[in-house]
Amino acid sequence: MTTDYQKVEFPYVRSQDQDAREPVDHPVVVVGAGPIGLTAAIDLAQQGVPVVVLDDDNKLSSGSRAICFAKRTLEIWDRLGCGERMVQKGVSWNVGKVYFRDELVYSFNLLPESGYRRPAFINLQQYYCEGYLCEHAQALANLELRWKSKVVGVEGQGDGVALRVETPEGPYRLHADYVIACDGARSPIRGMIGQESIGRSFRDRFLIADVKMQAGFPPERWFWFDPPFHRNQSVLLHRQPDDVWRIDFQLGADADPEEEKKPERVIPRIQALLGRDAQFEIEWVSVYTFSCSRMDKFRQGRILFAGDAAHCVSPFGARGANSGVQDAENLAWKLKLVLARKAPDALLDTYDDERGYAANENIQCSTRATDFITPKNNVSRMFRDATLKLSKDHAFARRLVNSGRLSLPATLHDSPLNTPDCDTFSGEMAPGAPAADGPVMVRGDAGWFLAQIGGDFNGVYFSDGTLSGDIHRSFASLSRGAIPLTAIVVAPKGISLPDSPGGTTVVEDSEGLLRQRYDARAGTFYLMRPDQHVCARWRRFDVDATRAALARATCTG
Amino acid sequence: MQTLIVEPNIVRPDDFYEALIDMHRDLTDEQSQMANAALILLLANHIGDLGVLREAIAAARTSVKPT
Repeated sequence: MTTDYQKVEFPYVRSQDQDAREPVDHPVVVVGAGPIGLTAAIDLAQQGVPVVVLDDDNKLSSGSRAICFAKRTLEIWDRLGCGERMVQKGVSWNVGKVYFRDELVYSFNLLPESGYRRPAFINLQQYYCEGYLCEHAQALANLELRWKSKVVGVEGQGDGVALRVETPEGPYRLHADYVIACDGARSPIRGMIGQESIGRSFRDRFLIADVKMQAGFPPERWFWFDPPFHRNQSVLLHRQPDDVWRIDFQLGADADPEEEKKPERVIPRIQALLGRDAQFEIEWVSVYTFSCSRMDKFRQGRILFAGDAAHCVSPFGARGANSGVQDAENLAWKLKLVLARKAPDALLDTYDDERGYAANENIQCSTRATDFITPKNNVSRMFRDATLKLSKDHAFARRLVNSGRLSLPATLHDSPLNTPDCDTFSGEMAPGAPAADGPVMVRGDAGWFLAQIGGDFNGVYFSDGTLSGDIHRSFASLSRGAIPLTAIVVAPKGISLPDSPGGTTVVEDSEGLLRQRYDARAGTFYLMRPDQHVCARWRRFDVDATRAALARATCTG
Repeated sequence: MQTLIVEPNIVRPDDFYEALIDMHRDLTDEQSQMANAALILLLANHIGDLGVLREAIAAARTSVKPT
């Protein structure tokens, strides 16, 4: 039997905490069971931290909402064991096409090279994403989902956070060492502590129409500027699973949101695009505006804000949910180390440093796209149209066309957790970069590099096919540290080695792509964080330098 | 580092100016503005250097609205 994720209702279950005399203490309470809250909760629980998730509702996302999930998000969900199902159900795509009036002006491929496990994007309705994460979460013994549990009071205390929770059976109190607030763009928690998300609101209204139809369009992102079927505005077409197509119409600033939702207004717009005889059913309609904004600090004492609660972007570029999932994974390993008293509380400040930096990048990208798509005056429209006209014949202008710079993870160049390079490297894998994937052979089976790392710190050693006893002993000693480091040996293409007796995994760089992507030579050593970000690298492995970089990456130096 | 050249640099200045005005011959105001925008974009790409472009943008703005 297949589950109808649009109709699932989760039961409210009375918690033992409601009968306790004193507020029960939990290490982590996550507020909000959306994609970000669930990702954070699953990551923490799987790293051994018990988590309670509170949600004011008992249903999954209403409507398809965030549909574009980026490669990095899929890699994060792969690490958590939830990625495959999303990709199986989702529509994978790499190609985008841009039209101006009635002409195709250019197309782009977001993942021009092969040798990655995941595509640039999948499209998947948010209710599937949340449904799959929920099912994964429900199977974890140390993760408790509490539905119809609305946080109505929150108070930071020296050693934690006091929460008041309202349920169908009345209120109760809880105490959390840390709270992760993933309660959305209007974040009630943010309001309760007197914080704001500050930025720029855009006046243009947009209409989302999800329609079900049999259509022969390829799985690509099609974006029209000023098309003949919707003059002076933009339109975006995207394919979702179940023969559902997302059509996003720009309506302008004067549109009446209530009127525009009516079928008699929506159907002619869709017919103008698809033709008068097109057969389709409307699945979901929404009229929205957006803003680009952020909180000044994502960390407020022992309350940590993630996703839309912390920062908002326009939808162009799919940088909302995708950046939130990265917030969640950035926070999970840090919180785990701090709760285990293996790292000082200051490590949590770096969550704000790193994800604040990423939010600024996302806000800048999405603001620029919005300004290109919705010109605010005649001269900006003139430049926009001139750019689009030139882009048909001139490659340079295609680089200026901005229908959304699609979500890429930030490289955390300035992170205090990075150890700056002292050796010379080229390429993308600088300290702060999310680790690149590549095909490997593991114990005789074809696999992927990213599946071998993450969760703990990893040392990735590019070997010439041998491993000296000294290095082997150093790896063994690092694996027994207070903050353990697990070594992975990458053997060159064509050389397969057994795993070393000390438990070090050996992978074969089966297509030689890891050496390329990491600009590695024999002896190159990368230190990777639990969230699969590079934090240090050297041309030669040195155990003391590694220990120092590990201390720096955990604020324990 | 390159800087914006403001000393004479156009080989035959009168020919250039004539060509610039000629570009707009028979164009409506709107078409002229569009052509100007296209010209700016083409020249900007030719220059390429963001520092030089920023200097030119600042000089152009100052010429109509002194700071």
